[in-house]
Amino acid sequence: MASSQVIIVGAGPAGVRAAEALVTAGLRPIMIDEGTCDGGQIYRRQPTGFVRSYKTLYGTEANRARNLHQSFESLRESIDYRPETLAWGLWEKQLYVSSGNRGEAFDFSALIVAGGATDRLMPVPGWELAGVYSMGAAQIALKAQAVAIGRQVVLMGSGPLLYLVANQYLDAGANVAAVVDTAPTGSRFKALPLLFARPGLLAKGISLAARLRFNGVPVYRGATPLSIKGDASNGVGSVRFRSRTGSEREISCDAIALGWHLRPESQLADLARCDFHFDPVTHQWLPSIDTDGRSSISGVYLAGDGVRLLGAEGAEIAGRLAALAVLNDLGHAAPVDERVRLRRRLDVMDRFRRGLAVAFPWQPAAVRELADDAVICRCESITAGDIRETIRVKGAVEVNRTKALCRVGMGRCQGRYCSDAAAEIIAAETNSSVEQVGRLRGQAPIKPLAVLTEQAGTITNVSP
Amino acid sequence: MSGRFVRLSESGRQQISFSVDGEAATALSGDSLLVAMLLNFPRLRTAEFGGEARSGFCLMGACQDCWVWMETGERLRACTSSVAEDMRVYTQMPEGVWPVVK
Repeated sequence: MASSQVIIVGAGPAGVRAAEALVTAGLRPIMIDEGTCDGGQIYRRQPTGFVRSYKTLYGTEANRARNLHQSFESLRESIDYRPETLAWGLWEKQLYVSSGNRGEAFDFSALIVAGGATDRLMPVPGWELAGVYSMGAAQIALKAQAVAIGRQVVLMGSGPLLYLVANQYLDAGANVAAVVDTAPTGSRFKALPLLFARPGLLAKGISLAARLRFNGVPVYRGATPLSIKGDASNGVGSVRFRSRTGSEREISCDAIALGWHLRPESQLADLARCDFHFDPVTHQWLPSIDTDGRSSISGVYLAGDGVRLLGAEGAEIAGRLAALAVLNDLGHAAPVDERVRLRRRLDVMDRFRRGLAVAFPWQPAAVRELADDAVICRCESITAGDIRETIRVKGAVEVNRTKALCRVGMGRCQGRYCSDAAAEIIAAETNSSVEQVGRLRGQAPIKPLAVLTEQAGTITNVSP
Repeated sequence: MSGRFVRLSESGRQQISFSVDGEAATALSGDSLLVAMLLNFPRLRTAEFGGEARSGFCLMGACQDCWVWMETGERLRACTSSVAEDMRVYTQMPEGVWPVVK
């Protein structure tokens, strides 16, 4: 085992900036990337043969995207880059990965997990129908493939991505039937003091919303989702919601994108047994880190949206800072002044993060009020009623026990899209709080694995 | 049957022929399998619990809602796979009949 083998999981803004700092210090990190090429989701590159410009693809972030891609290209020969490789498990100081049908285990002295985030979903009755997508999916369809998810697209939920994706669809020539924002109308004003931490971004957000109106896209604010209508074979036909004034509306559409901002992909931190804490601002369990990205487990560092939603720019800083912490801890030189500066910038971004959570709040009440027949787990069609019955009849009072008894969180997605909602329902049914009903534990493999027929590398410890 | 997705640009790539459940379809080189299928058809598979049509959900390899079968029996996650010439895709397990054990 190399004495200072550093592994980075993720090739987005945090992963690339971490690699850059390590390479500058003379290390050769291994970079594990589930994607086919660098960029992560935010600066995802389009496939070979696509010709859209950086400006078209990344808009106001074109220069940032180009800089990150160029940095990666200049690092490419100085790192051990493993694209299309899944980091699926972790046991003590070993990371388990798979690529195709080949499995491998790496010893590490430091691991930087920069695995990013996925959409945070709130179930809306009917969301299991074909044609309902996550907000991120709607964006990826456009960015990575130049397609729209439908002919009449409704975007519903809350968060910065709602307005960004609507504008991107508009610019690309797609038909946006409506934007339905569930944030209470007063929440933006309440959030202003925090959002002023990044005035440029705040201004951009305001202009995105204004542009939709200017272009005639109906924008409904303060809406309450009621249901997604359609049929089992043809999928989505319309969406119903209650407007701010209390009237009911129904909008025809053949595709819906849903999203309530994001949730960190924190499974590897969980498998590493890092401490988590409940973040009351976002109603989420987040891995705990120090100012520089050190988790509670020695040798495990966390950076980017996989630990705290600071966005792409925040991820670049957090990635670099985590790498500097690694260098410092491994006995290399790590500039103190720069670390102080980076920490300050992250503090500002964290204010903005909290502002976004206030402006576009997760809405526990709406989840708790879902009817018994609403599907909570899309993977296995487990309803709110199934969960409530499990608590009433079998006496479960905690999320992992409820999962064991009724399988909510045990399906294909391993709880990525249902666990926040399930926790709200369990909390409501047991008259306790989301914090009290606990955190759904991650399990290896964190995603389905192909049958591993080839084993490379040396496994020195065999996990029990 | 018409497709679910709409191609907005990037249509100058090389054309590819493939099939879904025996029905001929075309796509462009560089399309993901999910996009190729949904530009031609409205669904990817049928949910094994609720029985309704499914068309994927996250498009980033997280939800696992888009696994389909190849004629060879191999399973592919459609959103993270690319379509290829002559690919023969099935939306149900080709030998999806459970044997009756006596």
